[in-house]
Amino acid sequence: MHNKTIAELAKGLADGDFSSVELTRHFLQRINTLDSQYNSFITVTGEQALAQAEAADALRAAGNAGKLAGIPIAHKDIFCTEGVLTTCASKMLSNFVAPYDATVVSRFKQAGLVTLGKTNMDEFAMGSSNENSFYGAVKNPWALGAVPGGSSGGSAAAVAARLVPAATGTDTGGSIRQPAAFCGITGLKPTYGRVSRWGMIAYASSLDQGGPMARTAEDCALLLNEMAGFDPKDSTSLKKAVPDYTADLNQPLAGLRIGLPKEYFGEGLSSEMGDTIMTAVKEFEKLGATIHEISLPNTMLAIPAYYVIAPAEASSNLSRYDGVRFGHRCENPVNLEDLYKRSRGEGFGKEVQRRILVGTYALSEGYYDAYYRKAQRIRRLIQQDFLNAFNEVDLIMGPTTPSEAFDLGSNTDDPVQMYMEDIYTLAVNLAGLPGISVPAGLVNGRPVGLQILAGHFQESQLLNAAHQFQNATNWHQLAPTANQ
Amino acid sequence: MEWEAVIGLEIHVQLATQSKIFSGASIAFGSEPNTQACAVDLGLPGILPVLNETAVEMAVKFGLAVDAEIGMKSVFERKNYFYPDLPKGYQTTQNDLPIIGPGLVEIQLENGTSKHIRIHHAHLEEDAGKSLHEAFFDENGRGMTGVDLNRAGTPLLEIVSQPEMNSAKEAVAYIKAVHSIVTYLGISDGNMAEGSMRCDANVSMHYKGTPLGTRCEIKNINSFKFIEKAINHEIERQIELLEDGGRVIQETRLYDPDKNETRSMRSKEEANDYRYFPCPDLLPVVLDEAYIEHIRSEMPELPKQKKQRFIDELGLSAYDASVLSSTRAMADYFEQVFQTCGDAKSAANWVMGELSAQMNKDNVEVENCPVSAVQLGQLVKRIIDSTINAKAAKQVFVALWEKEGNSVDEIIADKGLKQVTDTGAIAAVVDEVLAKNPQQVEQYLAAPADKRGKMIGFFVGQIMKASKGTANPQMVNQLLSEKLG
Repeated sequence: MHNKTIAELAKGLADGDFSSVELTRHFLQRINTLDSQYNSFITVTGEQALAQAEAADALRAAGNAGKLAGIPIAHKDIFCTEGVLTTCASKMLSNFVAPYDATVVSRFKQAGLVTLGKTNMDEFAMGSSNENSFYGAVKNPWALGAVPGGSSGGSAAAVAARLVPAATGTDTGGSIRQPAAFCGITGLKPTYGRVSRWGMIAYASSLDQGGPMARTAEDCALLLNEMAGFDPKDSTSLKKAVPDYTADLNQPLAGLRIGLPKEYFGEGLSSEMGDTIMTAVKEFEKLGATIHEISLPNTMLAIPAYYVIAPAEASSNLSRYDGVRFGHRCENPVNLEDLYKRSRGEGFGKEVQRRILVGTYALSEGYYDAYYRKAQRIRRLIQQDFLNAFNEVDLIMGPTTPSEAFDLGSNTDDPVQMYMEDIYTLAVNLAGLPGISVPAGLVNGRPVGLQILAGHFQESQLLNAAHQFQNATNWHQLAPTANQ
Repeated sequence: MEWEAVIGLEIHVQLATQSKIFSGASIAFGSEPNTQACAVDLGLPGILPVLNETAVEMAVKFGLAVDAEIGMKSVFERKNYFYPDLPKGYQTTQNDLPIIGPGLVEIQLENGTSKHIRIHHAHLEEDAGKSLHEAFFDENGRGMTGVDLNRAGTPLLEIVSQPEMNSAKEAVAYIKAVHSIVTYLGISDGNMAEGSMRCDANVSMHYKGTPLGTRCEIKNINSFKFIEKAINHEIERQIELLEDGGRVIQETRLYDPDKNETRSMRSKEEANDYRYFPCPDLLPVVLDEAYIEHIRSEMPELPKQKKQRFIDELGLSAYDASVLSSTRAMADYFEQVFQTCGDAKSAANWVMGELSAQMNKDNVEVENCPVSAVQLGQLVKRIIDSTINAKAAKQVFVALWEKEGNSVDEIIADKGLKQVTDTGAIAAVVDEVLAKNPQQVEQYLAAPADKRGKMIGFFVGQIMKASKGTANPQMVNQLLSEKLG
């Protein structure tokens, strides 16, 4: 049962092959017995999940169930869930029970999906390895000595280990796509403004975007149908009609123009990675697409621009964690300054503190023009690069990451090396574009991802290409051996 | 050489919206602490702001009222600093691109002239909460600070003037003019006691014709009276300092109304680096001409226009028109009196005379005046139609003020104040008075014509007394001159 996709599970529920309660029990059982080795969940809400499953079964018996009613999912612990601990994997919020649901959470609830729990992540979504969690590192189900990627590492590992059919993630610089690639699953980062950010704890507001993580593109399309849409509570969400993302999955790819940015295949990409990605690209040629070399000349500027803009926004977004109203408060503060310093010093992990300091510096008087303003200018150049490229091609493809999942602890001493992991994903957030990572093979026995990018709001086209690729290949069906 | 004060004001006007600037919580004053603060106002994780469109509309109204350039694209920024009553650790405000650009406010000076003060800009922002330092103790009896976030997120329009006022009196005239504009527009209740209008003043001293001196910012001045006192105090402090050979340090000073002094809060060096940057949770506010024109078409009559109409259409003097249009409440009251009685000049005389004197005496504002405008209008009407004379009218007014009755006509009847206009009845009284005072009649008749005018006053007085004030004075005069030849 746990090897079925959401599309298959939905059919099984509709046909009465099994009930949502049975399904929910099965996955809860797997989490119970298997997750101790992955540490992919922070909170498991078993009782609540079973109650939701019963309700979904009742709806189905009454003939009122939606397509996805009764399907279990998990939420990254960055989404606020009413009455349930919402920690952002931080000591700062280790006691925070959200008084409301994020829009994404309430939409899934309304559609009748069952929430199994909250998944582990890098603290406040800052990290590319899921090693920056107050609740401990997450292990990659393909190799327990390897990282699952981050920051949505818990969601990726849980889906890969078949502990849940799908999970939500958030992507600020690659946090859905990179862990999806490392764990051999499919992860979609929608266009900025497509999915509401209400109740999604902010890291860098102008870059953050929630999206689905599942095993197939088709499942991502099914989930995006529920997640996407304008939300009056989020001023940056767009008033734009939401198409049925499953409608175009089977469009033929004949004549599709695919661009390969030469900057994505240069220095820093291992030759095995390069070969694997080129093999995947050739599948598209077989399906009738044409391949074109393109250039995104400002690619290398994405890292410095991102690591100014994201920390700048974060330094401000994380100011509210001051020990005054909620979250961690230090013991016996002697005065206000002591309260602030110790509450924040104790509550935040190292990487979070590093980014707050970097961001504070970048926004400081006398440095603003040199850092923040310049980074915004670069951001516009990068956007322009993509707009130019999409005048010539329909989709852009390349590796999601420079290499396969690295070993736990191997990058922790060198933050800059860690930041380089996101070289192919960061620019997409700066440009607000949609991107998907699909399993494209194994390198040294570890999964790697093909990243496909499209123009703003072209998720349907993206999912169509990914689905056709998955029809033609079986990389997405591979499971970590221990779990088959 | 003569010292000249240079004063600029920052006025924070609380906008009279239903809900907060970025959340749906109410902004009503005086509720229990933290009962009007929703998740957004508390700055909970994951919350997002949504701009209140009414606040934008109100800001534009103000801009149009002071002939300002309207910012067709304005941007909210974050002003970052830590304080317990600032829940998000930043205030959402406007900085580089405010919604209202340069404008102009005309102020009335005591010598009857007027002066124009330029507005530098006005911007929208959210208010912070309040820290309460009294009455909180922990289990060991140590003082604690309470935080009330009801006010957090209340929409403010901060109006920043150019430093163009040269005395505390001009500063007061300016803030009164702004008060008048915002209350006319209905964009604020203008209630200073409840903090709906708060003011910071920048004060510096220099010799006329020389470069400007170093300024100090005085915070926390929240009434017309305190503005004048605080600025005058600061002017004296700076002059004293400068004349003793000292130097003014650029700093922020807090006004203490109890001690009538300002004291240093923080120096320039200690000032926060607010790290302003555009708020990524809010889109730029982009307005178009059609929107501006729509708001322009809904603008109420403003003090300046009202004054002109009072002069042109009602025939009032410039002075009367200016006094009666000074506040919306006063103007509305006057217009109601006028509409009830039908005579603008009489209405103006009563509102500015008897009514204002009584209000000053009892320290009452026109908003809560015990005599309604309709009552006063009916009273004036009864003078015009000769039902009562001016003397009786004052008695009726006092009765209305003391709430001895509601209806003007009933009071007139109860007190027997109805004017006697019956020629026969008055003639009888005239005859009676003349008969009782033969000596005076003789003296009158013997006097030369130019002395008689004064002497006739004696008879009028006696006749009015005899008629208990109800005789029509014109008729008395006429009958007297007939009878005395």
